[in-house]
Amino acid sequence: MQEKTFTITNETGIHARPATQLVNKAGQFSSDISLEYNGKSVNLKSIMGVMSLGVGKGSEVTVKIEGNDEEEAMEAVDQVIKEGLGE
Amino acid sequence: MSASLTGIAASKGIAIAKAFLLEQPELDVSKQPVDNAQDEIARFKEAVQESKQELQVIKEKTLQDIGEDQAEIFSAHLLVLEDPEIMDGVSSKITEESANAEYALSEVANMYVDMFENMDNEYMKERAADIRDVSKRVLMHLFGLENTSLATIDQEVVVIADDLTPSDTAQLNEYVRGFATDIGGRTSHSAIMARSMEIPAVVGTKEATGTINQDDLLIVDGLEGRVIVNPSDDEVQEYKEKLEQFNRQKEEWAKFVNEPTKTEDGHTVELAANIGTPNDLDGVLSNGAEGIGLYRTEFLYMGRNELPSEEEQFEAYKEVLERMEGKPVVIRTLDIGGDKELPYLDLPKEMNPFLGFRAIRLCLEEKDMFRTQLRALLRASSYGKLKIMFPMVATVEEVREAKSMLAEAKKELQDENIEVSDDIEVGIMVEIPSTAAAAEIFAKEVDFFSIGTNDLIQYTLAADRMSEKVAHLYQPYHPAILRLVKNVIDAAHKEGKWAGMCGEMAGEPVAVPLLLGLGLDEFSMSATSVLPARTQLRSLKKTDAEGLVEEAMKCSTADEIAELVESRGFVIQ
Repeated sequence: MQEKTFTITNETGIHARPATQLVNKAGQFSSDISLEYNGKSVNLKSIMGVMSLGVGKGSEVTVKIEGNDEEEAMEAVDQVIKEGLGE
Repeated sequence: MSASLTGIAASKGIAIAKAFLLEQPELDVSKQPVDNAQDEIARFKEAVQESKQELQVIKEKTLQDIGEDQAEIFSAHLLVLEDPEIMDGVSSKITEESANAEYALSEVANMYVDMFENMDNEYMKERAADIRDVSKRVLMHLFGLENTSLATIDQEVVVIADDLTPSDTAQLNEYVRGFATDIGGRTSHSAIMARSMEIPAVVGTKEATGTINQDDLLIVDGLEGRVIVNPSDDEVQEYKEKLEQFNRQKEEWAKFVNEPTKTEDGHTVELAANIGTPNDLDGVLSNGAEGIGLYRTEFLYMGRNELPSEEEQFEAYKEVLERMEGKPVVIRTLDIGGDKELPYLDLPKEMNPFLGFRAIRLCLEEKDMFRTQLRALLRASSYGKLKIMFPMVATVEEVREAKSMLAEAKKELQDENIEVSDDIEVGIMVEIPSTAAAAEIFAKEVDFFSIGTNDLIQYTLAADRMSEKVAHLYQPYHPAILRLVKNVIDAAHKEGKWAGMCGEMAGEPVAVPLLLGLGLDEFSMSATSVLPARTQLRSLKKTDAEGLVEEAMKCSTADEIAELVESRGFVIQ
């Protein structure tokens, strides 16, 4: 299993467009991907789940990935977040 | 007999056509047992598939006909239908409860609708509408009902509905001459769409769907906010003329969208628009305003439970500055207090709120709140041509204190290495008689004046225009107002500064020639008044207007002044 913690730096947190970016990227992999924030864990492939967390700027989130393409998936998620989630 | 409904005039124009009643079938989503859960899941997935195909088509059509922003609504809808939480949630509900798909879907959808509606964020609240909209689409398929009724309209109609959802408005084609709804306000989705499609609309009629029958002849008067049901021949004739006149006038005005506001003798003034939120910008741009003369920031603070963050304000200011592409944008700092209450600010109850603790007086006390706004403004300043305006200034000390707070905030940001424009004009709103009378003192302290006539008139005449018994004393053309305005403009010019006006008066056809003659540099008004005002200004000569002012200064009453302007032919019909 892959696990990594990120600090969200973009202005609007994970709302709207950033959430869409992440969910679209996660959807390209077969592994199970979860996003944890504030003691809650959601499916990173679910736009509803991700937006329901209400992740704001400066929040720390943890991404956990399990499955046969977990390494590539983590790399891709890492890149999307570091690129500022499309903003 | 004709009947008449009144509502909110949401989009200008007049439509005369037969009613097309948008059926909103009552969908029974009560729980029913099913024998085979697998079959039920398959039925649900098929409905989802059909909905997705439909959404793809609508999305493409919207992209072509309307625009990218509107098309994005349907991308969001598609994403909802691809959401594993929702899709799996429905499937497991069907399996676990041996229940029908209709029930399972509406249960799951309602859970998300509730969750998003309870979030303290406008964007999230809108997502609730998306889920409702998209789940209704799937439900319609489950019931074997047609979703596409609006797109199939092939003769001229007026659409009547309880409300129009984003997917409804996206399907409105060129045969739809206008619409009327039971619910909604000027800023609801349907109203905004009507204005961008430039079709007349009346919203919030409360009883349109209850009163109007399929194929009734209707007149939708988007100028006055009326819907006439089964009008008489005379009424139809009357409105046909009104429509023709409106169209002729629009054509006349439209010629000047990209023209400068130059008088016949070559004097140029700036014609700007007043806005409340970035949403108003479409109207500003389509009406050819040359800038924003007043951006009221109150709306950022209203209808919520806490102060807006620096970030949130920065985003709003930045959006306005960017979309105005370097044209001047005057942003007024928070003008609230007194009669406009904010639940999260513990403001005192006052006997006389208009003379009380509000606007700059409040901001200079609530320093943290003010500092947050100033920081957001300064941060946004590098995205366009920002001018900052302080409201309700009565004394020079207030100007100095506000300016020193602004300078501190700027220093703070520069220490944080955040870019701030070096070219920000700072001005005041002139709406208190003390400031208007002593304008030459204030002119040395600021870069510009903007005269707020609504308050200036009521303070000068000591008359509340909302109070019926004294409303007649609220006189924009009172000789005292003319003198105060003259004093303010002259004082600004003497110091090489500019003077504008951002009250209702700036767009009044009777006031425009007087203000031109007095030398006003900037006229700011509601966006829809910009083109009529430009048309009028282009027909005037500044020298004539100056002569008019000379005569007006000799008049003794407001009526005499107004009559003078009209009798001299300065007001075009």
